[in-house]
Amino acid sequence: MGRKLLLKDIDVPGIRSFEVYRKQGGYASVEKALKTMTPDAVMEEVKKSGLRGRGGAGFPTGMKWSFLDRKSDKPRYLICNADESEPGTFKDRYLMEYIPHALIEGMIVSSYALGAKASYIYMRGEFRWIFPILEKAIEEARAAGFIGKNILGTDYSLEVYVHSGAGAYICGEETAQIESLEGKRGNPRNKPPFPAVVGLYNCPTVVNNVESIAAVPPIINIGGDEYAKIGVGKSTGTKLISASGHINKPGVYEIELGLPVEEFLYSDEYCGGIWKGRKLKAVIPGGSSVPILPGDLFLKNAKGEPRVMSYESLADGGFASGSMLGSGGFIVMDETACIVRNLWTFARFYHHESCGQCSPCREGTGWMEKVLHRIETGHGKMSDIDLLVDVAKKIEGNTICPLGDAAAWPVASAIRHFREEFEYHIKYPEKVKDPKHFEKEPFVSERNAVVAA
Amino acid sequence: MADTKPVQFTDAAMALVQKIIKRYPEGRQKSALLPVLHIAQAEFGGWLSTETMDYVAGILNIKPIEVYEVASFYTMYNLQPVGKCVLEVCRTGPCWLRGSDDIIQYLEQKLGIKEGETTADGMFTLKTVECLASCGSAPMMQVGNHYIENLSVEKMDEVLNKLKETHNVPSPDYGSPYPVTPGK
Amino acid sequence: MIKVTIDGIVTEVPEGTTILQAARQIGGEIVPPAMCYYSTLKNSGGKCRACLVKVAAGSAKDPRPMPKLVPSCITMAQDGMVVENITNPSVLETRKGVVEFLLLNHPLDCPICDQAGECDLQNFAYEHGMSKTRYEEERRTFEPIDIGDKIKLHMNRCILCYRCTYVADQLTDNRVHGVLNRGDHAEISTYIEKAIDNDYSGNMIDVCPVGALTDKTFRFKSRVWFTKPLDAHRDCPKCSGKVVLWTKGEDVLRVTARKDQYGEVKEFICNECRYDHKDMKHWVVEGPRHIDRGSVIAQNHYEKIDLLKLKQDVERQLKFQAGKQLDANNTLSA
Repeated sequence: MGRKLLLKDIDVPGIRSFEVYRKQGGYASVEKALKTMTPDAVMEEVKKSGLRGRGGAGFPTGMKWSFLDRKSDKPRYLICNADESEPGTFKDRYLMEYIPHALIEGMIVSSYALGAKASYIYMRGEFRWIFPILEKAIEEARAAGFIGKNILGTDYSLEVYVHSGAGAYICGEETAQIESLEGKRGNPRNKPPFPAVVGLYNCPTVVNNVESIAAVPPIINIGGDEYAKIGVGKSTGTKLISASGHINKPGVYEIELGLPVEEFLYSDEYCGGIWKGRKLKAVIPGGSSVPILPGDLFLKNAKGEPRVMSYESLADGGFASGSMLGSGGFIVMDETACIVRNLWTFARFYHHESCGQCSPCREGTGWMEKVLHRIETGHGKMSDIDLLVDVAKKIEGNTICPLGDAAAWPVASAIRHFREEFEYHIKYPEKVKDPKHFEKEPFVSERNAVVAA
Repeated sequence: MADTKPVQFTDAAMALVQKIIKRYPEGRQKSALLPVLHIAQAEFGGWLSTETMDYVAGILNIKPIEVYEVASFYTMYNLQPVGKCVLEVCRTGPCWLRGSDDIIQYLEQKLGIKEGETTADGMFTLKTVECLASCGSAPMMQVGNHYIENLSVEKMDEVLNKLKETHNVPSPDYGSPYPVTPGK
Repeated sequence: MIKVTIDGIVTEVPEGTTILQAARQIGGEIVPPAMCYYSTLKNSGGKCRACLVKVAAGSAKDPRPMPKLVPSCITMAQDGMVVENITNPSVLETRKGVVEFLLLNHPLDCPICDQAGECDLQNFAYEHGMSKTRYEEERRTFEPIDIGDKIKLHMNRCILCYRCTYVADQLTDNRVHGVLNRGDHAEISTYIEKAIDNDYSGNMIDVCPVGALTDKTFRFKSRVWFTKPLDAHRDCPKCSGKVVLWTKGEDVLRVTARKDQYGEVKEFICNECRYDHKDMKHWVVEGPRHIDRGSVIAQNHYEKIDLLKLKQDVERQLKFQAGKQLDANNTLSA
């Protein structure tokens, strides 16, 4: 069993309530931070911990905090990004739904470190039933003196509010989220200026993922150095992984970074192996945006070394033979899955979610979806494959926000690793007419042999 | 179609709206737009008519076009009337891998409608939606405040019957992140 | 003052100048194209990606190159910055992609579009596009609608530059139109039928880079290259009264604001000047208007056009749209 920091009390009955959460040692980090530490000291611990943003980009949280414009006399804001919408990712929802106080406690300590007097939790609107859960948690914390004026008798005062999105993946991008929180369309802003200088209401703002913020209390409790000892190299601490797809035990798992991928995929403690006794075909290890890997390249890197669940190991080989840990949205495909059809659903997703502001993403995502749909339904041409590669290339890096990259990477990587399967769709249109084509007769490629279970 | 009530918040709804507006700094009342639209949609029959949006614009002291721009951007706002019970079936990769196509196909057949349509009796609207962050319990769909997870074709009849029971009432509950009556 | 190098040419500009403005100061071929940026409209720019350039050195202090291409219209020049525009093949390749993206859903109806001859997209495609589109799918389509009694909206042609919304926000007191929906379904609309009725609303036509917003009082009156533009002015209590009269003989067919060599209006005009004084006698004519820069009319590409033949020739429309392949001996640029 690996060490658990975020979900250690998930099975304690009534952990959703303040009373039980407190009894388990909850809110100790608020007491420690507000009564014995300066805001800078809190930030220092987070820096030392090596915590990296858990929303997908993996940028060091402490460093992000240090960019906040402290010279400005404007109010500062912390926004918790709870707009969890990356296909394959559902860990934040789990955390907020079952241990809401873990997030609230993190919000208080993080806001203190940043000097924010009002902080917002921007949650995707679809999580309608979680809003009352979080609001109740906030009220309980307030009643116990952890939120409001002069928290625990100190000079520090804070309000925490929950704000709802309304159905837009793009609002998970921090500047789009700020626009949305201002009551506007979720159009990302051009950067610079960065939110740390010009953010919410033009004030210095930090936007952090739910899991990042929830990791702050354990860091304060055990100390940044101690936290940094967990994990491997620059991938410190524990990470929530959302496991889905063709596995026996889908769900949210807290792992110590550095866990061998083979153990994560096959052991009964985690995913429990591929369902229905089938073989592994491919894995998308970090949410729909990151490159897909064929089973063999997922288990071992191009040099034949076994991979572990860490930012570095999953990225080993760059885009040629690696992927990314991303948000930890771990999607597994068995031998019957059609890579083209899965990719088409992703392309449809990005097309649907593009805000439409900048031309490469607005036009390119729809184009890719249409071409993929054509190929998948047996109406493609051989030249369509290179067309997709070229369109993806013309989107990547040329858009206002990373949604363009997120739409381009899955396309580029699927063709890189599974080109033969695209060609098969074009060569044998009558065989792919049935949407369940590979369920009936799995596609076998010489180049990408499926990995035996 | 759902009953259309006069476009005027009840006292309880208005109190909630005013409470939410106060969460944002003075002069930044536009920030409350998304939350207030959620409340309006739940209160006024599950969709946002032009009258409803103009009413919200008035409350927040912004131009009607600012409301239209926002309401048409976000997928949770219905700009057309919907049935008493809106089925939103997820169809993105992880749900597709576990059979969401079958669920959608079954619902289309069973209800005799295509995605985006409403049954003739005004009971069900069928929508397909993109990832709802429930990939570990796929396939799934959202109905109002609830996620109905680990769906299978075999279970669908029972699910539909239950939904018909709970939603076939004069004022069905469309759900909202900001319930006017807590605990409902 | 800071020193910036663009395509090997050094120029000095005040701090706070964008790369695009610095390039315009140098002028000529090295000026990046701009489809959404508009210097007189606040917050414009950054969207179309037509002006992306390579920053090969960020500044004298930090000479590292920037990892991605940057939008030159909103990126500030730094002292010692080295920029590559037409000297960088990847910039040109990306720009070719932007042309293709912008044309995906843009109809090939130049022969019946009132904007032809003064269309930024036509010029952009002519200068940077590919010979053929690779897009085989259906285009999105909308019915043309009237927004107000003087403006026609052809949403099919819109490239979502947002300029008209900035005009409404910044020049008028009540914006009633905006961008609705999202992604490639996004459209300029009033949502409900509502006339745009405001003293300065006509400026939306002038800032539109394509034929999405056109002057209904001029529709189908004449090809723009068959008209004679004249600088003129009148005493106007509402605006500067400085306009261009687009004339044929003694008839004033259209009145617009004056655009500079980059197609930008510096002094916006009121609707009274635009619509209510189509009579030469109401104006003091200053002289012929010189239409500058890459405009297709200015280069006389259209002078010998056989319009009928052009309309019938679908193949040529396709070439026309992408521009570069126009046969030099055949009609347009003869």
